[in-house]
Amino acid sequence: MSKANLLDRRQVVSTLLANRKDVVAIGGLGASTNDMCAAGDHARNFYLWGGMGGAAMIGLGLALAQPRLPVLVITGDGEMLMGLGSLATIGLQKPSNLSIAVLDNEAYGETGGQTSHTSVAADLVGVAKACGIADSRAVTTMAEVEAFAKAVHDISAGPRFANVKIDSASLERILPSRDGTYILNRIRGDLGFQPI
Amino acid sequence: MHARADAADTAPNWPDDIFATLQRFDVRQVPYVPDAGHSKLIQRVLDSSTMRGIPLTTEEEGVALLAGAWAGGQRGVLLMQSSGVGNCINMLSLIPILRFPFLTLVTMRGEWGEFNPWQVPMGSTTQGVFELSGVQVLRASSAAEVPAVLEAAASQAYNALTPTAVLLSQRLIGAKVFTK
Repeated sequence: MSKANLLDRRQVVSTLLANRKDVVAIGGLGASTNDMCAAGDHARNFYLWGGMGGAAMIGLGLALAQPRLPVLVITGDGEMLMGLGSLATIGLQKPSNLSIAVLDNEAYGETGGQTSHTSVAADLVGVAKACGIADSRAVTTMAEVEAFAKAVHDISAGPRFANVKIDSASLERILPSRDGTYILNRIRGDLGFQPI
Repeated sequence: MHARADAADTAPNWPDDIFATLQRFDVRQVPYVPDAGHSKLIQRVLDSSTMRGIPLTTEEEGVALLAGAWAGGQRGVLLMQSSGVGNCINMLSLIPILRFPFLTLVTMRGEWGEFNPWQVPMGSTTQGVFELSGVQVLRASSAAEVPAVLEAAASQAYNALTPTAVLLSQRLIGAKVFTK
């Protein structure tokens, strides 16, 4: 993979969420969840501060429960690697309203920048495709990010997967709420569900 | 070839009792890693028009799935065997943090006449792992007590958001044996 022309993660995420309308977005543990907050807090943002490897499965549960809503998982390469099996689970269920965007800086940025498996060997697009997610894209340009952001709203043609090559710059942290109950109940409230 | 020692001749009815309870509590998503002890219940779920059976590659996927399901307004239940409980440990931390209804039904191995020593370590610690992780444990050891235990478990899990695991004992499901 060429290291030239790597994208800026904040620009990628703000483009993915720019015209989000009714999208429910899940941010994987690590910088991805901060990027989502940096793009603007939203009642339908599901920020994760733990449960590494679980972001895509939370997306699947939500997508199956709300088949008419576009659901977008935004996570990192390390978080996705920890939940690789979930791509097989999603490939089997084929929720047409679920999209997954991996921000791939080929490193564990939160823990000191140790290289991840995608830096040399692991091809997440190949894995997603081989798991039955036919629309799996290797994204290296902002035009491709914009095209993916538009596709997220087509709830009849998913699941879809994008691996977005980003630079490994460590950016100022924009921290969302850490109160999981608040985050989850805010989403439920926005979807019209009452507290128990 | 594997066979259940005391379940080979007649299919048990207790899985039907479980299915009926789950239906009454409006459970919609049923993630599972297959187990012989759950096979009848899984088949009932896959044949159902209101429940969606979701095969997993590893049990922790199911914990995360149930969090997402609840965010989207649906209840779920995780089916697994005792060896899968260890796979879930870190993901169980989502339950107190997010406070979503969590019910899991666990078929037990590594107890009551177990022939496979490799099942024993995880089977012996299953209850302890749940309790250390903040999940209350109920147990059903005979077919007769399944309906009442399921009713209590579903009620406290869905109405009181009390994370609950039901251990379906090997005595109930029948110890696995080798036959030639």
